[in-house]
Amino acid sequence: MTETGIGAPVRRTEDKRFITGKGRYTDDINVPHQTYASFVLSPHAHATINGIDTKAAEAAPGIVAVFTGKDVAEAGIGGLICGWMIHNKDGSEMASGAHPALANDKVRYVGDHVAMVIGETLEQARAGAELIEVDYGVLDANVETGKAKDKSAPQIHDAAPGNAVYEWAIGDEAAVDAAFEAADHVTSLDIVNNRLVPNAMEPRAAIGDFDAGTGDFTLHTTSQNPHVARLILSAFIGLAPENKLRVIAPDVGGGFGSKIFVYAEETLCVWAAGKIERPIKWTSSRADAFLNDAHGRDHETRAELALDKNGKMLGLRVKTVANLGAYLSTFSSSVPTYLYATLLSGQYNLPAIFCEVDAVYTNTAPVDAYRGAGRPEACYVIERIVETAARELNLDPVELRRRNFVAEFPHETPVIMTYDIGDFGASLDKALDLADYDGFGKRKAASEANGKLRGIGFSTYIEACGIAPSAAVGSLGAGVGLWESAEIRVNPTGNVEVLTGSHSHGQGHETTFAQFTADRLGIPMDQVSIVHGDTDKVQFGMGTYGSRSGAVGMSAMSNAIDKVIAKATKLAAHLMEASEGDIVFENGSFSVKGTDKSLAFGEVSLAAYVAHNMPEGMEPGLKEGAFFDPANFTFPAGCHICEVEIDPETGTTEIANWVAVDDFGTIINPMIVEGQVHGGIAQGVGQALVEGAVYDKESGQLLTGSFMDYCMPRADNLPSFKLGFTETVCPSNPVGVKGCGEAGAIASPAAVMNAVTDALGVKDVPMPASPATVWQAIQSSTKQAAE
Amino acid sequence: MPTVSMTVNGKSVSGDVSANTLLVDFLRETLGMTGTHVGCDTSQCGACVVHVEGKAAKSCTRLAVQCEGAAVTTIEGLASGGDLHPMQEAFRDNHGLQCGFCTPGMIMAGVDLANRRGNKLDEDTIRNELDGNICRCTGYHNIVKAIAAGAAAMDK
Ligand code: FES
Ligand code: FES
Repeated sequence: MTETGIGAPVRRTEDKRFITGKGRYTDDINVPHQTYASFVLSPHAHATINGIDTKAAEAAPGIVAVFTGKDVAEAGIGGLICGWMIHNKDGSEMASGAHPALANDKVRYVGDHVAMVIGETLEQARAGAELIEVDYGVLDANVETGKAKDKSAPQIHDAAPGNAVYEWAIGDEAAVDAAFEAADHVTSLDIVNNRLVPNAMEPRAAIGDFDAGTGDFTLHTTSQNPHVARLILSAFIGLAPENKLRVIAPDVGGGFGSKIFVYAEETLCVWAAGKIERPIKWTSSRADAFLNDAHGRDHETRAELALDKNGKMLGLRVKTVANLGAYLSTFSSSVPTYLYATLLSGQYNLPAIFCEVDAVYTNTAPVDAYRGAGRPEACYVIERIVETAARELNLDPVELRRRNFVAEFPHETPVIMTYDIGDFGASLDKALDLADYDGFGKRKAASEANGKLRGIGFSTYIEACGIAPSAAVGSLGAGVGLWESAEIRVNPTGNVEVLTGSHSHGQGHETTFAQFTADRLGIPMDQVSIVHGDTDKVQFGMGTYGSRSGAVGMSAMSNAIDKVIAKATKLAAHLMEASEGDIVFENGSFSVKGTDKSLAFGEVSLAAYVAHNMPEGMEPGLKEGAFFDPANFTFPAGCHICEVEIDPETGTTEIANWVAVDDFGTIINPMIVEGQVHGGIAQGVGQALVEGAVYDKESGQLLTGSFMDYCMPRADNLPSFKLGFTETVCPSNPVGVKGCGEAGAIASPAAVMNAVTDALGVKDVPMPASPATVWQAIQSSTKQAAE
Repeated sequence: MPTVSMTVNGKSVSGDVSANTLLVDFLRETLGMTGTHVGCDTSQCGACVVHVEGKAAKSCTRLAVQCEGAAVTTIEGLASGGDLHPMQEAFRDNHGLQCGFCTPGMIMAGVDLANRRGNKLDEDTIRNELDGNICRCTGYHNIVKAIAAGAAAMDK
């Protein structure tokens, strides 16, 4: 391994601009003659719009234009879409209420967009928005996940009677019933996966621009997938043909799923820029981000696990209600179905699984993919119930897991996944070692001596990522394919541009991709530039989410690099008058076996562009592209162990120790991969201990609408983490990588809550296990013990 | 409109502002210095931290006119000539950033921390003192390491 080769912890190329204040995020960009947009948001969770008076706003100083839902409808602009069709158990299609970019006759959550006010300055736009008078007819709000379908619950969309989006199921119900009949022991668990606000630190922003001369639109936006955004804005919303719409996602300050989706604001900035023939800039406030960025999770689940007397798992039955909010966001429907229930087998040999999911509308912000998307919810169900079962059976939770681990691959689960490779025992062993599991008893005794409660919790997780085979997701209802593209553009002088459809918003692609390409081509890393995030520069691509940039994006690069090397090898053979079979490409140079003849990579590229001496029939130039469509999902897996110490006086939970051992397949840059794990764990610990979006049950107001009320994990909520890796090389792509972006967030909530419940000796504590919640749990369990 | 004058990164600057213009907006909009970021509206996240008269300050919570005559340092002014400040170097070397959005504020807070609490910073001190800065990407693990290393390097 060289200093910058595959596997080296190369320092990041992109850091230079970020540490010197020279990053270029959307809000850093200003376009000459730009105007500013401010949106009027609904203050009510549920109300009819009886009228909107815009006159005072239109007459206010500096107001350029005011638009309402009526204008958008009259212009024939399509509504925001959900791109994944889910079918009900009876085969019928899911119900989907219209989602106009500006509400027409009704608002459905606090923050729903009602009017767009465009001003010469931001202050003027905001002042104008204050002058819009909306006559609302306030309706009762329907907020609670578990009650959304109650007969008395207010009806949100005419198209979705009873507020049911779908009633979906997967697995073999009869087989599961039979397993429960035969069981010696059944463990059941009612758990809630709390609603989260993604809170990427960069708020969303957009600049829509229109060139009246050419008819071309440009959108600068905080997107994880600019091409997908363009496709949706063009083909589904109907703003402009794709060839007349350029979407640029420059530096993006974190996404975590929330920047996958197409929202009202960027849609309207593009559309209205065409109307007023001037650029329009909009930047979200944090307050608006809380209301409008698609939230995550929000499941209520009952799970039952059937086991025989030896602790062998026989069957799993799961019933989940998933809250999708007031409208279906871009990929929301897929999250509690194919991204969730298909992972309920965990790392275990579970012969039968049946899972039903009821998705419901409520008067809350749309819910969609948030780091892990469905898989953290699945991991939480299976890892919490396995740990609970172990306690009920008086078995070491490690032992119960071992008895049920899948050990042979490929392994087909009862919920349509085929695990291609893994070694679950290896990651567990390594984690136990790093966590000093044998010493836990001593540490627990020491905590007790100090008046503290100590607990340990495991999470042996698996997830499916690197999404995914296009045909497979198509058959499950996806409206798009999930391949990735790459183009390797070798310049005459031998340096290289890599054009990728993946998008980096913190993942360090400019480093990892350059490191990979440089290693493969045998050229210095600084001779490789990564181009991404601009539909005018990069061929079509599917973007970054689902931990897919390595497994899918880099695989496309790998295939394109193979094509470059193949062509260059042919040319080198011709130039050196050797046969192609005698050419060896190594360390950036083409040599003829058994001779001292060789040509450097740059000499061959120059020859390809000068083109004075080409082999018969070969075109000049050296540039190759590839589209990679994976044969399967990838399956990162591993073991997280969390040890907590709880102060029973205050209910405060401190994480005393964290070990994570992950199998991500081949690792290109371990420094970056470790960073991804750290960040994922922090988000999972956030969910488990401090975060939670709360709506008022009566009014539907978001009670946790700022960093003052919604607790973000801060440095002093977290420990330093001990990480380790095991490696089974992924057979489903040419790079051998599995993906690492979401694993931490998937594994960690279950590890924390298993540790907290272990410390307290209770079956369940709801997330977030805040000091007040933990203290309550302690009080009620002491009370129970006393009774 | 009041005019405000101050020194930013060693250069005298002045501009017309409203009485309610925030320091961060003066930096970003009037001066076009976009290294200082805005991540919230409740003075919680620290993406906007700069130094005013050598001390860390949240530029979203200060009016531009309050800084009349003051010396302000932003992330753009931390490196001297071509040399990165040791704290900048430490963030890069310890992978203390991912998306980079919180980073300017983190680095400015880190320098301030070293100025206040010395060059030998233990993990607990850093974690407690970092209460006013939120990062969503890194889980803080590497930020804590970076600040410890940066503070130590500032001693040299
Ligand atoms: S912008 Fe969040 S604290 Fe200043
Ligand atoms: S690096 Fe992204 S918020 Fe800190």
